[in-house]
Amino acid sequence: MSRVADTIIIGGGVVGCAAAYYLAKAGNSNVIVLEGTKSIGHGGSSRNGGGVRQSGRDVRELPYAMYGIKNLWPNLSEELGVDTEYTQKGNLRLGKTEEHLKKLNTLASNAQSVGLDVRMVDAKEVKEICPYLADDIIGASWCPTDGHANPLTTTLGYYKRSLEMGVKYYTDAPVKELRKIKGKVRQVVLNDGTVFEGESIILAAGYESREIARTVGVDIPMTRLIDEALVTEMQPHMFDIMLGTAGGDFYGHQAHHGSFVFGSDSGYEVVTDMKDPSAMETNSLTLSASCRAIMSYVPALKDAKIVRSWAGWLDNAFDGVPFISRVDEAPGLILACGFTGHGFGTAPAVGLMLSQMVAGEETVVDISALRYDRFKPIR
Amino acid sequence: MIDIQEKLKEIGPYVEAPDDYMLVCRCEEVTKGEIRKAVHEGFFTIEEIRRYLRSGMGLCQGQTCGKLVKGIVSRELKVAPTEVEPAVSRAPMRPMEMEILAEDGGVAHE
Repeated sequence: MSRVADTIIIGGGVVGCAAAYYLAKAGNSNVIVLEGTKSIGHGGSSRNGGGVRQSGRDVRELPYAMYGIKNLWPNLSEELGVDTEYTQKGNLRLGKTEEHLKKLNTLASNAQSVGLDVRMVDAKEVKEICPYLADDIIGASWCPTDGHANPLTTTLGYYKRSLEMGVKYYTDAPVKELRKIKGKVRQVVLNDGTVFEGESIILAAGYESREIARTVGVDIPMTRLIDEALVTEMQPHMFDIMLGTAGGDFYGHQAHHGSFVFGSDSGYEVVTDMKDPSAMETNSLTLSASCRAIMSYVPALKDAKIVRSWAGWLDNAFDGVPFISRVDEAPGLILACGFTGHGFGTAPAVGLMLSQMVAGEETVVDISALRYDRFKPIR
Repeated sequence: MIDIQEKLKEIGPYVEAPDDYMLVCRCEEVTKGEIRKAVHEGFFTIEEIRRYLRSGMGLCQGQTCGKLVKGIVSRELKVAPTEVEPAVSRAPMRPMEMEILAEDGGVAHE
């Protein structure tokens, strides 16, 4: 068994699998991916609401969010041989108060400044775009190039395709520590003592990346936040757009097979603690609160039956954008974590850029704003 | 630790069987052959298979086909069924209308 590769990727989520795929596509299939749990895409990669969005994103994320939507998402299903259900029919971010509209306006102007087609629409136009929405919605931001996809098949599609291309995957392989050899991060040690070795180490293990990076003296300023989502039984086809709200009440879309997938919260998430975080238990408050939030914007769904709810942890970066960066003090190490709930939609672009960083090439867009050392003391 | 590429070699390629057409997951119409094939494509856990094929993701949430899928997967992997972990159960235990589920006494927060 070969435990040496050009690149070791820690984390078999959508980012790790996408990076493995783009490395293999560029001819560098000597890649090992280590997944800590028994299933590929066990964490946020399979637990999110499937948004492939640009509107509402930070201007530091927008260049690569836009790059992926323009260049990578359109042909992804054909490339991977798996239906990613990518649907580009636009995103409405809804507002019910003047304060909401003010917030949406600011987000829209920020995004326009970096070239995104997003504009404000009034109540009448909201109804024209989606007739099923509540009457007390007074306006929204509308981004016609936003959309959604299926996070489950996308993540597993990257896995399946890269596996076919020769990438080696190990599951149930939790990482204990990184080790430096002659000043360079080269070794990845598992809990059971197995040692893997590579020229480049990509750390894409969500929040768990923090503990792993700490073993070579690097602290990544992020926290963990739980979030929940739900799915309804199949419904007749209603709309293809993605929905969100200025108040952050909920977000979601109707999937191709007819079910609605929504993400929402109860307000208790920020103080949620759990003896065993890996259990990702749902909270008894959240599902009911989510139903109220959804019905207040999409009343037509009041009779839709919920079949399942689930939870997942977000890796929240201290300033809301990820760390995609080499580390000066730990050469050989490349960080890809802290995605703050935005990781799925941007994963193709991030995967591609990680493969470029490994190859020593310039990334398709400038990501210097996502460096790991952007945190500066405030006094 | 499971070496996926090694395990794929060990279990060999997918070979068609006469009963592959059989519907196993009735809610989502997934056949035995699709499940068997998925194992040989590298999907070894019930969690991965249900996400890939939608087996057990429909109205009954796998309460009908869960055991059957487990049996099929364990045979393809050449392991005992007890070594294949079942899917996690999540609320609600029965499908429930949003309007009813919403009535827990709380109010929507702004």
